[in-house]
Amino acid sequence: MAQPAGGLWLLWAPILLLVAFSFNDSRRATAEWRGFTTGWYENIFSGVMGSEASFSTEEMLAAVRQSMTVSLLAMGLSAVLGTLVAITLVRHRFPGKSLLDGLLYLPVVIPDIAQGVSLLVFFSFIFNMLESVLGLKWYPGLETVIVGHVAFNISFVAIVVRARLANMNPRLEEAARDLGANEWRTFWRVTYPLLLPGIVAGALLAFTLSLDDFVVTFFAGGGNATTLTIFVYGMVRQTVTPEINAISTLMIGVSMVLILLSFAFQKDR
Amino acid sequence: MTKLLAFLVAASLVLGGPATALAQGEQTEWQCPAGFEGQTLRMLSFTQYIGEDVIPLFEELCGVTVEYDVTDSSEAVLLLLRERTVPYDIVVPTGDIIGRMINEELLQEIDHANIPNLANVSETFISPPYDPGNRYSIPYLWGILAVAYNEEITGEIDSWYDVFNHDGPVAWQDDMRMMMGTALMLLGYDPSTTKPDEIAEARDFLMENSDNVVAVAGDDGQVLLEQYVVDIAIEWNGDIVQLAAECECDEFQFVVPQEGALTYVDNFVIPADAENPLLAQVFMDFILDPYVGAENTNYINYGTPNQTALDLELINPDLLTNPDIYPPEGTLRTLQFVMDIPDVEELYFEAWNEVVTSLSN
Repeated sequence: MAQPAGGLWLLWAPILLLVAFSFNDSRRATAEWRGFTTGWYENIFSGVMGSEASFSTEEMLAAVRQSMTVSLLAMGLSAVLGTLVAITLVRHRFPGKSLLDGLLYLPVVIPDIAQGVSLLVFFSFIFNMLESVLGLKWYPGLETVIVGHVAFNISFVAIVVRARLANMNPRLEEAARDLGANEWRTFWRVTYPLLLPGIVAGALLAFTLSLDDFVVTFFAGGGNATTLTIFVYGMVRQTVTPEINAISTLMIGVSMVLILLSFAFQKDR
Repeated sequence: MTKLLAFLVAASLVLGGPATALAQGEQTEWQCPAGFEGQTLRMLSFTQYIGEDVIPLFEELCGVTVEYDVTDSSEAVLLLLRERTVPYDIVVPTGDIIGRMINEELLQEIDHANIPNLANVSETFISPPYDPGNRYSIPYLWGILAVAYNEEITGEIDSWYDVFNHDGPVAWQDDMRMMMGTALMLLGYDPSTTKPDEIAEARDFLMENSDNVVAVAGDDGQVLLEQYVVDIAIEWNGDIVQLAAECECDEFQFVVPQEGALTYVDNFVIPADAENPLLAQVFMDFILDPYVGAENTNYINYGTPNQTALDLELINPDLLTNPDIYPPEGTLRTLQFVMDIPDVEELYFEAWNEVVTSLSN
């Protein structure tokens, strides 16, 4: 009998290899096994502790920090905005609703490269306008990357939250209002708790999408935002070192803890 | 020698190793001109493409901050300059693309009076064809695209035709200008020719000689070679030295065939809209200091154009005596530059596309 689940090892094998090779005593991540070392982790931790890290470790940690800043802020903003969009679309009628409904899927289906280039053109245009009209000199950077990430994350959050909202019995909200709760109170006491698992799922999705995005980050950042993805792509002249494996392993560890927490959190509800 | 090199690289990089001369700040006598304290230098380069202590030392000597951004190709640098996203003070493009940047007025001229250390640059790299008189650029590091091979399988190789006639898998390099340029060079033409019939001839030449090609490798030709997927790879010398430095093996060799090979140079240039071009020139001068140049080449394993650093024997001796990085004078003369010619860019692009498409059939 076929065991489809057995095929899952294909998904996990590369990750396990990545973890194993983060302990490889070699300067190149692609090399064969050359002995066990915790040196790559020591580099990272000494960098985190602020003591005697080398320039390249510092640069890598700065890239991780930038990645985290972008992902967390983009996650937070798109969780709020995406939820509001979902509620608006499900609970309200307004002119142009079907248009907005269709546009919602646009960032999900258009290729990253089209989105990236359009953001680059958009920001250059806006910043040139600002400079010629108001004399303000603004550059792309982390802020524009965050805006770019929110722009595609909103759709993912909205779609997930909307699915949850569509399955929710509207009578619960009606009952709350019958019992005298105003809209604000109804939202926080009834709608929000019921939506929360959807919002958390959407936010986690947004976080992951942000964290590993290269194309949009590259174009929206105008070169001025070195996230971890940009850092790794920039290694064209050098080989990828196991230090990247080590930091990836740590990030996988953190993500797994986050996912377990979110499971536990959803079970409680 | 390979093992010794492996040990040295491992010792200095994996284990954190002994502090370099630069870190102690004892040897370089370079002095920062006064008046730059508190300023910022915005730089766009590649990841880990500078010696470990170079930027911290510059920041210390000048009292400035260096913002070190990275991207993934010279083409990306060109794009970012065209869109004028951020006013970088220094970017690090490959020589072949500099002609285009000059044509499009994306760069500003440098004042040699601010860069006395330009005198340290070897004659080979002064006044390159893509920037006569070094009006816009200073050379940073350089490399060669030639032949890496597994000697146990192929035996000694000393001609490009050994590569083309090899009975076994071969990987080419996915670099349109360098591969087309190499074909043109072998046909006896200028590797940067603008003549359509010569470009077409080079295309046909590559297609005729592609029977044994199994991959057109991006940044991983050396990996294919190391894992015995291919017997021969057309590769950058720096990648092969990085491989050989570690590998407890001596079957992998790198050679500049007798017909010659193409070389590329990464350069520092100052974009037209840089906000701090003066500090950028000070940084260029700092980079051309022999001790700083040595630190960079010792860390990155690509060749330095800094003749004074070579003369003072500041280069890691195992690197210096490695003919793959610093070929003997005779080989050096067979190396040629390649340049982007904007007018015929499309011709090259189409020709290379046809070659690659014919390979996948």
